[in-house]
Amino acid sequence: MNQADTAWMLVSTALVLLMTPALAFFYGGLVRSKNALNTMMMSFISLGFVGVAWAIVGYSLSFSAGGNYIGDLSRLGLKGVGLEAQGTIPHYLFMAYQGTFCIITAALISGAIVERMRFSAYVIFITLWSVVVYAPIAHWVWGGGWLSKMGALDFAGGTVVHVNAGIAALVAAIVIGKRKDYPSSSLLPHNVPFTLLGAGLLWFGWFGFNAGSALAASPSAALAFTTTFLAPMGTLVVWTLLDYMRSGKPTAVGCATAIVVGLVAITPAAGFVGPMSALALGAIAAVPSYFGILFRTKTSLDDSLDVVAAHGVGGTVGALLTGVFAQKALNGTADGLLFGNPAQLGIQATAVAATIVYSGIMSFVLLKLVGAIVPLRGAADDEDAGIDLSNHGEEAYVHGESTAMGGPGMHLKSSATALRSEMA
Amino acid sequence: MKLIKAIIRPNKVDEVKEALSKVQIAGMTVTEVRGHGRQKGHTAVYRGREYEVTLLPKMQIETVVPDHLMETAIQAIITAARTGEIGDGRVFVLPVQEGYNIRTGEKDAL
Repeated sequence: MNQADTAWMLVSTALVLLMTPALAFFYGGLVRSKNALNTMMMSFISLGFVGVAWAIVGYSLSFSAGGNYIGDLSRLGLKGVGLEAQGTIPHYLFMAYQGTFCIITAALISGAIVERMRFSAYVIFITLWSVVVYAPIAHWVWGGGWLSKMGALDFAGGTVVHVNAGIAALVAAIVIGKRKDYPSSSLLPHNVPFTLLGAGLLWFGWFGFNAGSALAASPSAALAFTTTFLAPMGTLVVWTLLDYMRSGKPTAVGCATAIVVGLVAITPAAGFVGPMSALALGAIAAVPSYFGILFRTKTSLDDSLDVVAAHGVGGTVGALLTGVFAQKALNGTADGLLFGNPAQLGIQATAVAATIVYSGIMSFVLLKLVGAIVPLRGAADDEDAGIDLSNHGEEAYVHGESTAMGGPGMHLKSSATALRSEMA
Repeated sequence: MKLIKAIIRPNKVDEVKEALSKVQIAGMTVTEVRGHGRQKGHTAVYRGREYEVTLLPKMQIETVVPDHLMETAIQAIITAARTGEIGDGRVFVLPVQEGYNIRTGEKDAL
């Protein structure tokens, strides 16, 4: 047991937990005001349901001996998880730290299906998903499963978190379908400052996500911290230049997106690559995600907040480039292509492909299963009125002091009745 | 009595308000509105999609004046709100049948 390590991991755990509310602001700003609360709730609710599932069964399936593909149920309900050391920190703390990852990964998916998915169906889906999809993949990479035995490098979750959530998001956007008004009306962000706030808080929390993944207050943590500091800077510069070249206007939404793409890309590489490699990695990662978003908006795929381009593509690029830029002199584990070990790139590609296949298939099966119990979408009327009113009975912004001043959905009988009974 | 509806540039509200108070017109209702006449609008870009913003933000000032102040009020508004560029706005004048003060219940003299 090491006290410095414990202190750093206590802080890191809180930092990563903050990323889920940060994501709520990032996503919340990008939707229309009538869906702002619902979109933010999709992140916040993960703190409840996914967190509980993690303590009861997710942690056990991820981090117990088990086999190559999944843990076992020996730590069901945190049985045998106590004050003893797991590595150099208390086992409780290790469990809590890993739990924050599971919570945000599930919440990331919501960006692809905002403004239309029924909230109850979403809650059931991400709760099951965290157990059936997240836990096994976390076991493969970090719990002693087959990918870790093969030597796949994933410092803080490029495959487990980002490729995984990105593919689940793609599948969810396809299965649930596009928004009623997509792409005919202008579906504009209602509060870009929220999105910038979210991006800033995500970066802050990401220091816990990446540097905390060293699981120690160590030189490795300092390296991961430095690369997390540098990579998004490279992404932001390239993204801004691309904006200038394309339209002459560097956008704030683009800036926020660039920061997230850079953070996603450096995640698998954080403790494995040098600082200049991190800058290069961040800069390179801007290109496919930037053009991915441009391409997506020309298709009928309504991945509303571009989870696939930011997390799926960014995570894949980061995981592959980890196999290019990794430096054994720094990480003590493995070299990448540039340092004379081309085989690492193949291992990285295998990890990405395995994640895509498993997450893609299982997310599809889960959505169909949930859809058989609860309709995945609300009624078309609910979508018109806004999911805030129809699913939550609340509005993000009520002006004036009368229900008559309410938003577009106030004429709906069901909503008006709900409000009236609340007032009574 | 006449209702004067002036749709003006948002940055001209204070000047128009001042010009009206100089001619002893104090009461008014101001509303944020959007619209367009000859003005074309501009392009906004969100996540790579371009949107034409054709309805531009304007402010609408409504004030009720006695008939003999009408001409003075209209000239005050036009002078204060004019820049000479397209998009300066419009002034409309409508007849008002009756007006009441809610606090006192008094009917306005015509």
